[in-house]
Amino acid sequence: MSSKSQDVEALLAQKYRHGFVTDIESDSLPPGLDETVVAAISRKKNEPRFLLEWRLKAFRHWLTMKEPNWAHVHYKPIDYQDISYYSAPRAPKNAPKSLDEVDPKLLATYAKLGIPLHERARLAGVAVDAVFDSVSVATTFKEKLGKAGVIFCSFSDAVRDHPGLIERYLGSVVPPSDNFFAALNSAVFSDGSFVFVPPGVRCPMELSTYFRINAAKTGQFERTLIIAAEAASVSYLEGCTAPMRDENQLHAAVVELVALDNAQIKYSTVQNWYPGDENGLGGIFNFVTKRGECRGHNSKISWTQVETGSAITWKYPSCILKGDNSVGEFYSVAVANNYQQADTGTKMIHIGRNTKSTIVSKGISAGHAENTYRGLVKILPSAAGARNFTQCDSLLMGPTCAAHTFPYMEVKNPTATVEHEASTSKIGEDQLFYCLQRGISAEDAVNMIVSGFCKVVFKELPMEFAVEAQNLLSVSLEGAVG
Amino acid sequence: MLKITDLSARVGGKDILKGVNLEVNAGEVHAIMGPNGSGKSTLAQILAGREDYEVTGGTVSFEGRDLLAMPTEERARAGLFLGFQYPVEIPGVNNVYLLKAALNAKRKAAGEPEVDAYEFLTLIRQKMKFMQMSESFLTRAVNEGFSGGEKKRNEVLQMLVLEPKLAILDETDSGLDIDALKVVSAGVNSLRDPTRAVVLVTHYQRLLDYVIPDQVHVLSGGRILKSGDSSLARELEKRGYDWVLETRVA
Repeated sequence: MSSKSQDVEALLAQKYRHGFVTDIESDSLPPGLDETVVAAISRKKNEPRFLLEWRLKAFRHWLTMKEPNWAHVHYKPIDYQDISYYSAPRAPKNAPKSLDEVDPKLLATYAKLGIPLHERARLAGVAVDAVFDSVSVATTFKEKLGKAGVIFCSFSDAVRDHPGLIERYLGSVVPPSDNFFAALNSAVFSDGSFVFVPPGVRCPMELSTYFRINAAKTGQFERTLIIAAEAASVSYLEGCTAPMRDENQLHAAVVELVALDNAQIKYSTVQNWYPGDENGLGGIFNFVTKRGECRGHNSKISWTQVETGSAITWKYPSCILKGDNSVGEFYSVAVANNYQQADTGTKMIHIGRNTKSTIVSKGISAGHAENTYRGLVKILPSAAGARNFTQCDSLLMGPTCAAHTFPYMEVKNPTATVEHEASTSKIGEDQLFYCLQRGISAEDAVNMIVSGFCKVVFKELPMEFAVEAQNLLSVSLEGAVG
Repeated sequence: MLKITDLSARVGGKDILKGVNLEVNAGEVHAIMGPNGSGKSTLAQILAGREDYEVTGGTVSFEGRDLLAMPTEERARAGLFLGFQYPVEIPGVNNVYLLKAALNAKRKAAGEPEVDAYEFLTLIRQKMKFMQMSESFLTRAVNEGFSGGEKKRNEVLQMLVLEPKLAILDETDSGLDIDALKVVSAGVNSLRDPTRAVVLVTHYQRLLDYVIPDQVHVLSGGRILKSGDSSLARELEKRGYDWVLETRVA
């Protein structure tokens, strides 16, 4: 091996910066899963009857289901009885009413992660819901949002304060029986975020949820539900991190988006769960179901994801384009290094007339990683004039990684237009040599080449997070921010 | 400035250079000519620091330093520039951004502050005008979708901005129409000065009508077989390389 490729290897050696554990007392359920556990979670959250019934129905259905095995990922069977389905930082008797009552250790944890929860310290114009293990610990800027009529709160608060909205929309995009992990989530989900933007309102600030797994042997099963009413619009971002642990931890979330007539939802993810060490030990199993429904005409849902973490990623943020002239977008950068495995992509289901979808997927593989794009574009007979454009590019760094592309297309309307472009390239020794010969260091060169490759996706991120994503990418691939 | 002594090298187990000797002084322009596969490009790449080649013997000194011991990027920062025969495309990376990073890396190594953005833009506009390149090159990605001629102009543009002490141009003239050749030649000539040197690696004498070399060398079979002044290039054009090879054998 030439010394130059050793340089690249060294640069790829990854340092995970969020791997610390917060020492905090927690209130956890013992590992194991049966109906009493489902009922216990529901009871802890003082849920209304309909929700308990909903959970139990999902649980019973889950028992009949098999874990999916079609994804291009490999892992030892998960023992679902060895996971704790609920863990919450032990709070004083009553839930904290304001940030001042939140355990300072928690505030310190988020500060360390770069997410200060005190409003005066926050990024201007971004409201945050912080979810720690199974519960939401704080939501900022609630009042300001309230004035605009926007509801942004933890899922538990929404169940308590807006049960009507929950009953109406929960499971309306991802039904509990949708798939194995969605069914499991529906049975045991503990918290998450809820957003409702009323008709005609443009949400005055970016909304974001920051998910943190802390406790060992715990699964995180959160649920996000975002509803943009007629002509409303909202931009939402989620971030995720976890401590470094040798065992794998399961994260099985469900995200549902509903856009009514003329509404717009932009959902961005910067996912940085612990990916495991350089030998593939530990890391998060990120098995997530994300789906948005453009229920109304002229509505638009846009997914942007930057996936750098997790030992295994299994997620396909999708759009059901029901309303006429509705638009679905999916912009993705998926990075897999060391022994990470990513099987990710999207589904665009065209139902309405003149519906339009765009898919841009950028996969970066390094080390021994496996990176798969899997996408479905389905045009139903009703979707006259539907259009799709798909572009999938893969970048390989080093000789031991792999990239796969599985684009599926089902076109049942002859007036539809579907375009697909794909490319695979190696981070060329040629490109690297070219930059080095211009005096640019190997580290800067790799950075430059990778961010050039991802540029079209980063452009879609809200400004504050584009920078963070870029930094994250540098860390994931190089152990240094460039 | 550059002194190559008995340099030999192999790639993939095959000996390509078999004892090259060459001395280039400041202020000089040298042309290295020779048939295909004679080792011209290999020599250029080795001087620039490409790792794929194994140096099996000899030494190279650049301004008194052991060039072969210097990493690629350090050679560049010390003022060695290679104009690539096949400049690579780097999608999504802005052409000007790369050039600015290159200039700043060089300035940093020299202990100078980073170039001011406005100053840089003024500089690059002026050089682009000289190279007769359109403003669109400011916003395009590095070599992406450039024609062969545009790529070569871009190489010379980079050279003019970086102002190297030693420029090695590997077949920068190939694939150029006559107008482009004139522009590229003017670019090279503008860099000529008593403190700098240029090594032109070329197949054809054509370029040497516009950039008159001080010395011409014929590289063949991994050795320099003949050296002379610019009249040698014209003789080669007329009589081909066989003549040199035969003289050598005789």
